[in-house]
Amino acid sequence: MRALIDWIEDRTGLISTVEHFMNEEIPASSGWHQVFGSVAMFLFLVQAFTGIMLGLNYGPTPGEAHSSLRYIMTELSGGALIRGLHHWGSSAMVIVVVLHMIQVFVWGAYKKPREATWLAGVVLLLFTLAFALTGYLLPWDNRAYWGTVVTTQIAAGVPVMGPYVLRLMGAEDGVGVITFARFYAAHVLILPAVTALLILFHVYLVRRHGVAPVPGDELLPKQKFYPKQVFKDTFAIFVVFATLFTLSIVAKAPLGRIADPTDTSFIPRPEWYFQFLFQLLKYCEGPLELFATVVLPGLAVVGLMAVPFLDRAPMLKVTKRSTALAVVLLCAVGWGGLTAAAIVETPKEAALAEAMGPMEWVDLTPIEMAGVGYFEKEKCGNCHTLGLADEGKAGPNMGTGGVSRDVPWMVAHFKKPGSPMSTMSLKPNEMNALASFLIKLTPQNAVKMSEVPAFAWQGALVYQKNHCGVCHQVNGAGMNNGPPLNGLSKRHKADWIKDHFKNPQKYDSDSTMPSYKFNATDEETITQYLLALP
Amino acid sequence: MVASNEMARRSFFERATQFLGLLIAGGLGIPALTYLLRGPNSVSPGGFVDAADLGAMKPRVPEEVSFQRIRKDGWKLMTEKSTAWVVKLSDTEVVAYTPQCTHLGCAYRYEESKNEFVCPCHSTNFSIEGKVLNGPAPRELDRYPVKVRGTRLLIGTIESAKPLDWKKKV
Repeated sequence: MRALIDWIEDRTGLISTVEHFMNEEIPASSGWHQVFGSVAMFLFLVQAFTGIMLGLNYGPTPGEAHSSLRYIMTELSGGALIRGLHHWGSSAMVIVVVLHMIQVFVWGAYKKPREATWLAGVVLLLFTLAFALTGYLLPWDNRAYWGTVVTTQIAAGVPVMGPYVLRLMGAEDGVGVITFARFYAAHVLILPAVTALLILFHVYLVRRHGVAPVPGDELLPKQKFYPKQVFKDTFAIFVVFATLFTLSIVAKAPLGRIADPTDTSFIPRPEWYFQFLFQLLKYCEGPLELFATVVLPGLAVVGLMAVPFLDRAPMLKVTKRSTALAVVLLCAVGWGGLTAAAIVETPKEAALAEAMGPMEWVDLTPIEMAGVGYFEKEKCGNCHTLGLADEGKAGPNMGTGGVSRDVPWMVAHFKKPGSPMSTMSLKPNEMNALASFLIKLTPQNAVKMSEVPAFAWQGALVYQKNHCGVCHQVNGAGMNNGPPLNGLSKRHKADWIKDHFKNPQKYDSDSTMPSYKFNATDEETITQYLLALP
Repeated sequence: MVASNEMARRSFFERATQFLGLLIAGGLGIPALTYLLRGPNSVSPGGFVDAADLGAMKPRVPEEVSFQRIRKDGWKLMTEKSTAWVVKLSDTEVVAYTPQCTHLGCAYRYEESKNEFVCPCHSTNFSIEGKVLNGPAPRELDRYPVKVRGTRLLIGTIESAKPLDWKKKV
């Protein structure tokens, strides 16, 4: 063993390099307040590790991303935990990097000769945010998609540079495959490489200038980095990791429904640490908008970079740095206030829409409503319960929500269950309808969906069978060739509708609607269904 | 005394650091290992699919049949075309061979004049019972599991093609 160590030392010098690093002399005042840098570096390594793990089972294109991530989270042992660590780790990273910066700021550790260390740190903060921003798109659920739509639109609004930034993001024609490729490449190729290099440079600068002393340190004997400070750093790292680990198990990282660019009901919200900007944006209208999107963030970055050049007074004890403390408090109050306001003002529906989808049966599109019909017709309810109550039926509860399946998966499952479930007599388009309905089920709406009145799904079946959606729109689904059918009850009575089916041209000679001669039941149910639409 | 106290403190910090480091490494390493080495929770649906009508088939004349099979490829469920060489060896015995030669996986064909299968790659000849007649193939043709329902032939999946599965005790 000794011989091996000696050989490595002789040929590489690694052993003495590590010893040299560990035995660095640090000021007597060093202690718990200086653990944040190490924690930030640790979190970067955790993100890199979990990111690589995710990458080994992830299909990085819009078509594959969502289903591969769902596969990781539901099919692979430890997959949900690894994604959880990566997801919550990104938030932890932002928190710790900011805490690190606040500590350095409050202690005034950026002062000469450590200006470059501070500048590198500011750029690292920006890289951290860039990681968060680009990673946000990669699950390709509604949250990811719509959040990125807003991000790219903000970038597009930058004067002069806007169109170029938009082109660089691959989002000229909206968020699509190119945008995804750009964000993915930035997230896994560009940012990790430049961040790792900059971290090395940052740490090198810390070593070059030494850990910043405080007044009084010059009189006291220096201490060694190892083992006392190393222990403190490790302890802090452990606390953060244990928290992250617990959080990843207790709170499942969200994966919403697959991104739907036609979903008009989705209200995008940014990640919590960007909510203050989002809130600020609400107060700024017209030309002021640029203030929130460009000017203020720009000034903040320039201001941060200028800190060591503006404050050139000699080092003070931290207790005497009241101005710095006041600045931090002011920023914290501003950020906290805006964030709190954003959370308070978040319409309940935003949170609901994200987690719950349609809340009432009247919100379902006709195809989903027809799906309710097939659920009834195929007697799915014999084995599956909808909703929270566990009635001890043979099949799984369809209303637990959680990680959603997509329609192709469901249809394949119907055709070939691979489980005791019996196969169905449905045609492919009918399976599609059933799947569209089932993927909209969540713990919040499932019970209500089990109480859909029969006329509604019967009416929807008639609606689907006659392809009314080719011309009409209901709840945002269907074409706009004919008038939308929501709110029909405010315009017409049942008798009018029934008569109109038989001879549309009687009411409007230009109408291109063919006449429909339904049997009495179909006529009644589709009329009732249409009248029930909000 | 002071020196030994200092030594004890030092060794406490060292031990504690190592211990915490180990916990973290375990917290990351163990999930990563199960994630990479344990297979997915569900495997291909498998099962038997309807492949051919035996009623129309001549005895002891191989026929190439194709059928649709659902296969799970990672996160995707896909329907893909599979083929099999089906031979009604007797009234009670039907076999379905996988379409690859057992030598190096080439697709073999049926030589009507000899009533044999011939692999064009390295000239292995198989009898219609699947036996190697001559050539480099190391074993007889692989067979799909089959079931007969009335006149319909159902073809299953080859067991050996199933992925490594730790959860099942062999």
